[in-house]
Order: sequence, then structure tokens, then C-alpha cells
Amino acid sequence: MSISSAKSTSEKPDGAPLAGGTSTVDPSDVDRPLGTVRDAFVDYLNRLRGGDMGALPAILGLVVLFTVFSVLHDKFLTTYNMANLVVQAGSICVLAMGLVFVLLLGEIDLSAGVAGGASATITALMLVDHGWTWWGATLAGIAIGAVIGLVIGLLVAYLSIPSFVVTLAFFLALQAVPLKLIGAGGSLRFNDEILRGLSIKNVPVVAGWVAALVVVVGFAALALWRYHSRSKRGLSHRPLLLVLIQIVALAVIVLGSTALLSQNRAPNPDFFNISGIPWVAPVVIVLLLVWTFVLTRTKFGRHLYAVGGNAEAARRAGINVNAMKVAAFVICSSMAAVSGILAASYTGKVSPGSGGGNELLYAVGAAVIGGTSLFGGRGRALDAVIGGLVIATIPNGLGLLDQASYINFIVTGGVLLLAASVDAISRRRRSATGV
Amino acid sequence: MTSEAAASPLLELRKVNKSFGVVHVLHDVDFAIYPGQVTALVGDNGAGKSTLVKTIAGIYGRDNGEYLVDGAPVTVHGPRDVSALGVEVVYQDLALCDNLDIVENMFLGRELSTFGLLDDAAMEAKARETLASLSVRTVKSVRQSVASLSGGQRQTVAIAKAVLWNSRIVLLDEPTAALGVAQTRQVLDLVRRLADRGLGVVLISHNMNDVFEVADRITALYLGRVAADVPTTEVTHNQVVELITAGRSGDLGIRDVASATI
Repeated sequence: MSISSAKSTSEKPDGAPLAGGTSTVDPSDVDRPLGTVRDAFVDYLNRLRGGDMGALPAILGLVVLFTVFSVLHDKFLTTYNMANLVVQAGSICVLAMGLVFVLLLGEIDLSAGVAGGASATITALMLVDHGWTWWGATLAGIAIGAVIGLVIGLLVAYLSIPSFVVTLAFFLALQAVPLKLIGAGGSLRFNDEILRGLSIKNVPVVAGWVAALVVVVGFAALALWRYHSRSKRGLSHRPLLLVLIQIVALAVIVLGSTALLSQNRAPNPDFFNISGIPWVAPVVIVLLLVWTFVLTRTKFGRHLYAVGGNAEAARRAGINVNAMKVAAFVICSSMAAVSGILAASYTGKVSPGSGGGNELLYAVGAAVIGGTSLFGGRGRALDAVIGGLVIATIPNGLGLLDQASYINFIVTGGVLLLAASVDAISRRRRSATGV
Repeated sequence: MTSEAAASPLLELRKVNKSFGVVHVLHDVDFAIYPGQVTALVGDNGAGKSTLVKTIAGIYGRDNGEYLVDGAPVTVHGPRDVSALGVEVVYQDLALCDNLDIVENMFLGRELSTFGLLDDAAMEAKARETLASLSVRTVKSVRQSVASLSGGQRQTVAIAKAVLWNSRIVLLDEPTAALGVAQTRQVLDLVRRLADRGLGVVLISHNMNDVFEVADRITALYLGRVAADVPTTEVTHNQVVELITAGRSGDLGIRDVASATI
């Protein structure tokens, strides 16, 4: 592999016989599929230098935060707190995943947080006052979210009102929903076994291990099959070593966290047994897999990126740009509904202020810190999840340190600003170097 | 003109008129595109080049006149009808998405899929094949994003996108306008290769050097009228410039220039 690629590089400068005739051209002359690890590494470095950082800032941020908090507080790195962190991050990750769709188009949804609050209120009302089943109530909440997204999308796409203004109006108006339905100062508690259980119950240890193994084996099989079929057809592919490294890294992360969460983490291990993966985690992972699939493997996903990159080009290619906008807002608000229900599951109640606080800024911060561009055209569902973990770590760690909550606001605001600056600077470098 | 009679045109417009309100932009325009030839469409700003191209592309309707493909009249209601006839237009602003790679751009809006799943492998293979058949050797990888390409490479991708669908006619709007010397060279070579493959190529250009280098025929527009439609070998640089600026040069051109108004 390395010999042949070295040969073709040395031929490149003077190669290229004069074109014009009907010379038979070997397709492999057109370009060189990334053949060696060295090539892939150089390519990655070039992209970093060019400002295409992907999730790197988020991963660095996570490392820094974990180091600082574990040095400052000995309880931070306990399995008990890690499980807590997973549960706290759940609703942020889900909201951020939804926002990725809107951000991909270069739009913004300021109302996503309160849309989640309004939807969760409906879900709680259906559970408590109307005695619906958990899935009926959940579907009702998600449907409300979808309707909110539909209205926002129609206003943005067909009336061409800037999404900033439309969603600011919805941010204000939707806060009325829980206030009216629950009443000022009140709160709606629910104790549904499943919905509340999402946050306070855990997957049985054995089932958790089975699921973790399925994920790892499935990923490995898919990656190897992809490598095999693409290299056989002479298409560009990652070098085998890199594929193997990826598989090993995923296995370490998934199996490692499963092992940690499978231990008994009860503060009083002699009396209680708290072990297993919190149910929130599989919910987030399933959503992550679904949306990653939609974004990378379907026409719909491809067209979303196209609209975000160059709406005019997309329109000329026959893509219905307005319909894509509406779809993005519907997905965003529906995911916001899921996020609102997860948040309600964590606290066990819905109150008039639900979703009106920091949720939205946390989620925007999570998406952006994970590498989603505020300018459109760039972002992955995975970025939102990694970013969500970073953002959730801040209040978790600061909470342990017993800091006054104003510190929390300042730090989170600072992190959001930092993420947006990284985005803006990397965008400038991208347009300068064109990576 | 008579020497060209042997090859019949792929696409032909006859006596086409087009007005926007009171402004009569195209006057009885005859225009033909021949297989294996590069037809240069020249004219001053406002002569009607863009209107003519957009009429061919189906973006504008005609007020009257005939639209013939392979000698048979066709009805054209919009851009989709025209691309179904195998006619592709590469506009000056290229319409590429910077955040997508070359393959994704070439298939944008017409992705190959099985059961709704993108067939990336087939698309990459076909894109590679198309680029190879055009002898394009200047791109490093078909998986690099379009943002990282030079102007000439972007133009190349846009042209390759146009021929990917076995199109028979390609119209290029000022393909070399923003390019440097070496990149202009690449693009002109590519334009020539398209014609050598038997496609009918229309090159809209302001640059006489480019026109004389690759074009087989020159159609000059003057105030919405065809001033001349001649083989490149039969005219000189100066004659073409006169046709563009005055509508007339020696025996060539509009007989009664003075009465020609918009």
C-alpha cells in the first residue's frame, strides 16, 4: 500500500500525459484514495490547521473540566456522580441534537427550551389528570412539539420572517402554556413508573452488558464491512489501521462506561444496590443512532446539508428549500418535547418555569461546542451529544464545589461565548484556506 | 454556412422573439447547436445573451418561434423538461455547495439511492468515471470539499456535473471569467474535450482569445438580433469585435443597422 502510494506521489508533478486524445484513463489516476495512515494523519492535520476542528474543542474541554473538577473535589470522579452526570446530560443532549437540524440550515430556534416545557406540561397533565398511559402521554407531548415546530417552520419558510424573531415570539408566548395550565407557583408532580424511571431507574446489569456488546460488535462489523467493500471497489476509504483504532476506541469507551456503571454505586453499599446504566442513556443513544443515520445515509439528510451550505444551489438542484426548513423546525421542536419530558422525568415534576431557564442556551452551547456551525452547513448529531456532556459537566462540578449559582451563570455564559468564538474563528480560517 | 449543412443541429431555435413588458429583447433569433462543435455566443452587455440562454434552458418561455431538438419541434415548459432533453446549463455562479464534497455536489438533487438509502459507493464510482473520461487530473480527491478547490477546479466540477447525466448539450456561461491563465487553460481544454466527445457545446464569453481558441462557430448578438453566425475560420478578431459593437462588419452583419433598436 505505502509503496504504491509513494510511487504515485512521485509521479504526480511531471506525470499527467498531455490530455486530448482518447487515451484510456485509469480511474485511479484521478485521485488517490486515502491509502495510508500517514496520509490520513496529514490530511487530518491539514484540516485542523484549516479550521475544521470537528468535535476536538469539545473533547479537549471535557478533558480540562474533568481534570479540574477531579482535582478540586474528590467526589467528582465517583461512579455515583458519573451516573448522575449521564442523567443530567440527557435532556441537554436531546435538545442539542434537535437544534443541530435548525442550525444546519443557518437558522436558530430560541423557543426550543420553552417548547419542551410546554410539551412536558401536556404530557404531565395527560398522565396526572386524564390517566393516560405513559406512551400515550409521551406521544401527546411530542405531537404538541411537532405542531409548534410546524407553525414556526411555516412562518420562517413561507413568510420569510427571520427565525430569530419568530422563535423569540414563541419563546415569550409559549411560557404562557405551563403558567395557564398549572397556575403560578404551583407544580405538577407525576410518578409514572416508566417516565420517572427514565431518570431514577437503571437498566439491569446483564441487559446493559448485552446492549453494550451489541453496539460494539455492530459498529465493528459495519466499519469493517464498509472498509472491505469500498477498498474492493477502489473507492476512497480510511486505512485499515485507522478503522481498527476507531473500533478499539469505541469499545473502550462503551465497555468502560458500562463496567463503571455496572458497579454498585450506592453511597451505602451494604444496604442498597444501585447499579446499571441509567435508562436515559439508551434513549439518547438510540436517538443519536437514528438521527446520525438520517443525516448521513438518506437523501433528506444530504439535502439538509446542501440547503445549509448554499440554499440557491439546492433550489436549482430541485430541492424544495421551504419544505426542508419546515421539516427542520418540526424535528427540532419534537426533539425539544422529548428533552422537556426527560427534564421533567429528572425532577419528577413540571412547573410554570420549565424550559424557560438556561435549557436553551445550554443546548445551543452544547451543539456549537461540539462543532456545529452557527452559520449553517456543518454539524453532526454526535457533536451535540459530546457538547451536551461538556455543558452538563459544568453545573455538575460547580454544584459539588458548593459555588454560589451566579458563578454557574458566568461560567456557562463564558463557555458559550468561547464556543461561538471558536466557531467564528475556524470559519474564518476555513474561508481563507478553503478546507 | 453551406459547408455546415452536412451536420444537422442537435438543437435549434427558429425566429424566436421574447419581450419583457415593452422591452423587446430577442428579435427573430435563429440559433443552432451542432454535435461535436463549440458554438461561441458573443455580444455586448444587454445584447440578449443571457436571455437567449435562459430561453434555451426553459427558465423563460418564448413569445413565439420554434424550439427544435433533432429537427423535431418540442414543447418546453420549464427547466426540468429541458434537462430531460439532455441539455445542461452551467451558470456563472456555478451553484455548488461549499460544505459538500465533489461527489455529493455532482449528484445533488439526483442522488442514487436504493430504498431511500444513499448509494455513496455507486455515486463515487460514477463520479470518478466521469472525471476520468474528461481527463480531469487536477483534483486530489473526489472526497474533498468543494470549498478547498480553486476556481478552475470548481468550474471543472460544475462542468463534470453537467455531463454526468449523459447530456448532449452543455451551455457554459462565462466559464473563464474569474480565472487565471493556467486555470483558463484547464477549462478551455475541458470545453474542447466535451465537443470532441460529440457533445454540442455553447460557450458564452467576452474574451475573444478564448473564443478563437476553442470555438468552431461564432454567433454574434447585437441588440437582440443575430448579427452573424459564421465559422470561426472565416472571420478575424476585428470583424467579431465590430459585429459585437456595431452589429456590422463589411459584408457580415445586420443589413439595416440604423433601424435596429430595442
